[in-house]
Amino acid sequence: MSIWQPKEETMPREELTKLQSERLVAQVKRMYEKVELFRKRMDEAGLKPEDIHGVEDLHKLPFSYKQDLRDYYPYGLFAVPMKDIKRVHASSGTTGKQIVVGYTDADLDMWANCFARALAATGADENSFVHVGYGLGLFTGGFGAHDGAVKMGATAIPISAGNTQRQIQTMIDFGSTVLCCTPSYAMYLGESIEEQGLTDKLSLKAGIFGAEPWTEEMRRQIEEKLRLKAYDIYGLSEIMGPGVSYECEYQCGMHVCEDHFIPEIIDPDTCEVLPAGAQGELVFTTITKEGFPLIRYRTRDICSLNYEKCKCGRTHVRMNKPQGRTDDMLIIRGVNVFPSQIEEVLLKIGGDITPNYQIVVDRKNNTDTFDVNVEMSEQMFSDGVRGIEAVERRITEALKSTLGIAPKVNLVNPKSITRSEGKAKRVIDNRKLK
Amino acid sequence: MRIKQLSIFVENKTGRLHSIIDALSKANVNLRALSIADTTDFGILRVIVDDSDAAKAVLSEIGVISKITDVIAVKIDDKTGGLASVLDTLSDSGIFIEYMYAFLGREAGRALMVLKSSDDDAAAAALTAAGIALTEQSEI
Ligand SMILES: [Zn+2]
Repeated sequence: MSIWQPKEETMPREELTKLQSERLVAQVKRMYEKVELFRKRMDEAGLKPEDIHGVEDLHKLPFSYKQDLRDYYPYGLFAVPMKDIKRVHASSGTTGKQIVVGYTDADLDMWANCFARALAATGADENSFVHVGYGLGLFTGGFGAHDGAVKMGATAIPISAGNTQRQIQTMIDFGSTVLCCTPSYAMYLGESIEEQGLTDKLSLKAGIFGAEPWTEEMRRQIEEKLRLKAYDIYGLSEIMGPGVSYECEYQCGMHVCEDHFIPEIIDPDTCEVLPAGAQGELVFTTITKEGFPLIRYRTRDICSLNYEKCKCGRTHVRMNKPQGRTDDMLIIRGVNVFPSQIEEVLLKIGGDITPNYQIVVDRKNNTDTFDVNVEMSEQMFSDGVRGIEAVERRITEALKSTLGIAPKVNLVNPKSITRSEGKAKRVIDNRKLK
Repeated sequence: MRIKQLSIFVENKTGRLHSIIDALSKANVNLRALSIADTTDFGILRVIVDDSDAAKAVLSEIGVISKITDVIAVKIDDKTGGLASVLDTLSDSGIFIEYMYAFLGREAGRALMVLKSSDDDAAAAALTAAGIALTEQSEI
């Protein structure tokens, strides 16, 4: 397998640390001048940009949080004038208010290169046909994969998400060799293709699947159904999008593009930096991003870092697949869902709807099921079936418009939701992801 | 000219219906009539009992929601066309039936038909005018 940017990707650790240090110092200086919130936090911590001499001082810098993006919505954290922002992307947050991120030309170029690294690691090259089945829109998945394919010089097929039959036809007719989409959708495509007896018509060699948690068992099944090698990819729009880290052919963790993003693992409670190999919260610092840079961004993902040399020759550190979240966020069919959102929606509907709910998530046939049980009240109950169905529909619609994903709403008896020590158990996640 | 009906919310879970009937029978509630409307998500159990308030209290204790509603109960002669004349009368008056179910009354040879319509007052008036007898609560 070839390496897309061998100089950067195989840079000896010592040299890499030096590069990171130079970039970090410059980034801190620039952000102190341009980003009001960062300057304020530095001042509060009694720090000046001159106090930061290299990566060894990284731990002194203040953290940044998802809430910052909401507080400074939409453009308040950008470090360049809007005329230099060439594209924005967005994703939904806890309160239903989306967060916005922006990219300069250089940022977009860097991102495309990072995704091209992931593509190259699967064996893709300029002869490949990259089937972009992530949604092309405000979500970073689609454009990230598309730009990466274009940067590589491969043929991009920006079909976007949905319309399974057309996906399959296109995949066959256009000769797609690399499939990029969510793992659950890959599974669904694989099943449809298998049912229609079209497996032999495929030209797929590799698949890059991300944006939602998936298991080794799913990997095995996707590989069998689509006859490709399945690779994991990681990213988040706050930091860049897909391609922050990616698997190489040895599939023993995801190489973080360390020349652009410095990862740290911290104890989420004490905020202390943990030694290499320890599991904790993943924190990222973007050292080359111009448009929307972040210092020590708390991802809330729990994972660990492995600095041992990889057989592929890349020197960049590997992170393992996130093992969970430090907050209560659920990822359901690729969509971020916070229990607090459901409570807010139920309260907002008002009337007779109780805010007593329970989320039940499971995985059936490799697709997430999403149920929201809502306790019934005397006032919500009417003698007619249609009246109760209207209540269910009202709740479903309200949740769907806030979450971007429709749950199955079940009305249940009052006081039937499990309570322990008076506190209701809000989430039951039956998905086995180990 | 109405009788009391108890409408009970039944969760879509196995054993729910059984636990409701069980609780009512343990409390010696006399079930005179019973009907269930079912959807894929939930059901509404409708019962006619001798003491609706007592039944409601029993259900409330086991965390089940119910509501007492007034319904019309029509006496139907046990002969061909008995029900048809009721339906004709209502449809001639432009009244729609939301649901109905039958049960046997105390009076021999007569079935009782519980009716919920789009307009119960109008339905009662139309039926009475057509000479169709309605049942009183005391006759149940
Ligand atoms: Zn490797």
